[in-house]
Amino acid sequence: MNLTLKVWRQKNKNDKGGFATYQVDGISHEMSFLEMFDVLNERLIQKNEEPIAFDHDCREGICGMCSMFINGRAHGPWTRTTVCQLHMRAFKDGETIVIEPWRAKGFPVLKDLMVDRSAFDRIIAAGGFVSVNTGNAQDANCLPIPKPDADESFSAAACIGCGACVASCKNSSAMLFVSAKVSQLALLPQGQVERKQRALDMVAQMDAEGFGNCTNTGSCEAECPKGISLTHIARLNREYLLANVLE
Amino acid sequence: MTKLNSKIPEGELQTKWTKYKSSVPLVNPSNKRNIEIIVVGSGLAGASAAASLAELGYKVKCFCFQDSPRRAHSIAAQGGINAAKNYQNDGDSVYRLFYDTIKGGDYRSREGNVHRLAEVSSAIIDQCVAQGVPFAREYGGYLDNRSFGGTQVQRTFYAAGQTGQQLLLGAYSALERQIGKGSVTMHSRHEMLDVVLVDGKARGIIARDLVSGKLERHFGHAVLLCTGGYGNVFYLSTNAMGCNTTAIWKAHKKGAFFGNPCFTQIHPTCIPVSGDHQSKLTLMSESLRNDGRIWVPKAKGETRKANEIPEEERDYFLERRYPAFGNLVPRDVASRASKERCDAGYGVGGSKMAVYLDFAFNTLRYGRIEANKHNIHNPSKEELVKLGREVIKEKYGNLFEMYEKITGENPYEVPMRIYPAAHYTMGGLWVDYDLMTTVPGLYTLGEANFSDHGANRLGASALMQGLADGYFVIPYTIGTYLSQDIRTKAISTDHEAFIETEKKVQEQIDKLMNIKGTKSVDHFHKRLGKIMWDKCGMGRNEKGLTEAISEIRALREEFWKDVRITGAQNELNPELEKAMRVADFLELGELMCKDALHRKESCGGHFREEYQTEEGEAKRDDDNFTYAAAWEFKNVGEWELNKEDLNYQVVHPSQRSYK
Repeated sequence: MNLTLKVWRQKNKNDKGGFATYQVDGISHEMSFLEMFDVLNERLIQKNEEPIAFDHDCREGICGMCSMFINGRAHGPWTRTTVCQLHMRAFKDGETIVIEPWRAKGFPVLKDLMVDRSAFDRIIAAGGFVSVNTGNAQDANCLPIPKPDADESFSAAACIGCGACVASCKNSSAMLFVSAKVSQLALLPQGQVERKQRALDMVAQMDAEGFGNCTNTGSCEAECPKGISLTHIARLNREYLLANVLE
Repeated sequence: MTKLNSKIPEGELQTKWTKYKSSVPLVNPSNKRNIEIIVVGSGLAGASAAASLAELGYKVKCFCFQDSPRRAHSIAAQGGINAAKNYQNDGDSVYRLFYDTIKGGDYRSREGNVHRLAEVSSAIIDQCVAQGVPFAREYGGYLDNRSFGGTQVQRTFYAAGQTGQQLLLGAYSALERQIGKGSVTMHSRHEMLDVVLVDGKARGIIARDLVSGKLERHFGHAVLLCTGGYGNVFYLSTNAMGCNTTAIWKAHKKGAFFGNPCFTQIHPTCIPVSGDHQSKLTLMSESLRNDGRIWVPKAKGETRKANEIPEEERDYFLERRYPAFGNLVPRDVASRASKERCDAGYGVGGSKMAVYLDFAFNTLRYGRIEANKHNIHNPSKEELVKLGREVIKEKYGNLFEMYEKITGENPYEVPMRIYPAAHYTMGGLWVDYDLMTTVPGLYTLGEANFSDHGANRLGASALMQGLADGYFVIPYTIGTYLSQDIRTKAISTDHEAFIETEKKVQEQIDKLMNIKGTKSVDHFHKRLGKIMWDKCGMGRNEKGLTEAISEIRALREEFWKDVRITGAQNELNPELEKAMRVADFLELGELMCKDALHRKESCGGHFREEYQTEEGEAKRDDDNFTYAAAWEFKNVGEWELNKEDLNYQVVHPSQRSYK
């Protein structure tokens, strides 16, 4: 396959940045999208040009590090797929592909396609946990949990924290990310003690980081590589409201 | 030869850890507030250690090279975590988990350490559930278990095929809670580049801020390395792209002995290589062997599609060779058996370097169970398949999806094609019972140390060990050292040891940047990986290993003359990061071959072709090799061997049989 890539290049945080165009030929359908980038980068190095910086690590779709906005879609054309799992079968010979970093106030660009997502860590630090010190726990089977609750909690906990929800949202809202954690713990008996405070604290931190609000367009769910459901946002709203009323 | 003291407590095996815990010196809370601990790495071992130590009151600094501690590669572990809970009432016990682990490790690990691991395993499950980790449950609400290789009980706890993710997010949430409280300072996108020693003790690290490129000095009363394994020395492995040996290698060069470097695990079920562009290999969880049957055609050069080959023309070679354990033999045994079939010409797929992992049989079995449950009488085959697939989907759905994305084939319809790949390293820095290396104050936890898995790790035991070390071992054992250190005030990072170490790191960076050669870092990494895989991989022999050593030396020389690193050092520069990691792999690779060459026996993942039984099984030499090899660094390419004799007082080593 021969492709034309339009890639966002930005030297550092303060640089204005812009698109650069690259022709890549000899790409096989079996390659992953990031392996196609490896090939391009290898050629850039051969020409003594600086390769394109992008975040990636596990390349198994689970660490949440990879993050490219491809042809206007977070993680590219395949649904429920991270960039690292996207394969070149998804593209046609001669195609032009436009690749940008996540764009959101809460995710400043560090270089090329890499952004700073530490805001997500700070939101978790604000309340995304059960306060149980090591050694406090009772026997694990002392706490039977109905399977449907455990399964629903797991479906929220599957979030990989990649930020595709924010990047896809016209408001740059982080509600899907925040709701996944709030939901996971609200559904479990272990999460009950801190349930109200958690919702309040995490939402407060989310706002402080500059993420926008939710207007229920649902693009986050559509683009989430793990298929995290919008119903978690509904639960977050309920949890937040309840916490405020009962305060 | 007697430099090593493993510090295993005296007394009966069953009471060693209990006695140790009740007699370990303590540090009082007001002193803990003045003691700083550096934790490098934020995977299961690092995050659990950092959180637990901060909960105790120590001041903790944690470092990771990724953009967030949640990205560490523990996150990719799929199948599960072992614990001797005996919730299945199937005869499990602490002793049995201990015994299985010692036997699975082919009698090359320490009894004391492994028994402690089995003892704390139950508490790990309790802790994780309390944190809100959503393990798989049965309809009654209780925790579910499944089987893993090398055992005959069901003791593996799991969360679909994402157990590592859920456990790591549990540990990460505990860590973030301490970060929020200010008791842990987190340094993401930082890479440790050396340990700082003051008066022979580890007192800090030099780290590079990967965004600004600046070198930083950090002080700690003790330093914990929780940086994972070195499987990326093979270039192609199931490790993440960033996994590296740099932290432990730099510590090794500063005096920490390296234990059993040649003990590497090749995992039997990975998606095969598809071409030269391949950047990494993807694991298909061992748990799939619960429900998948491994086979190759009985005829050489078979050209029919898998589904067209009738039952009687298939060779279920694991079931044939190992009737007692069948498809659930340990990883080293399964990998070698697959390689043997492919080498003999029975492989499948385009490359002929793959075997089938087939779910058709169990799909029908599950279908029948579901049909019974729903009172469906005389179901058609289509109905059975439909019902069975739903069960398979619930158990392994994410793995099947991943397989399809990578290969373009639907594993519900056709068998998976799989082949062994480098996965885990049992070797690592030598540590004593306290998890301390041969450098005072320098600890190593999790995969980065050599301690618990001997020559082969059993499935679902890596998560167990990482969390055991972090949650339940280090919080006690570190007291032994720190209780003697309460009078040590924080050492200024202007101390000459810091200045000198930083200078050395800076010199290495300058040297690399100034080579301005013609070949990329990946070019050298790929060549190193090929040497390691061909000559120090699943099968090893004297000739190959001797060649490998000289080839690696030549490659290292070439690297230092001809590597090209684009960009500058005072900025975000992934090429420079890779170059520093590959420079260390080029030294480690040689040590791995040297260790493999000196160990003239086959044990676990270390298979020396010269030493095998008539049936092709590994042949140990207990008289001469019942020891852990601990290599002392002298100079690049020059080491001295130290031996720690392994004393088996409870288990009697015998030939490992899974027949």
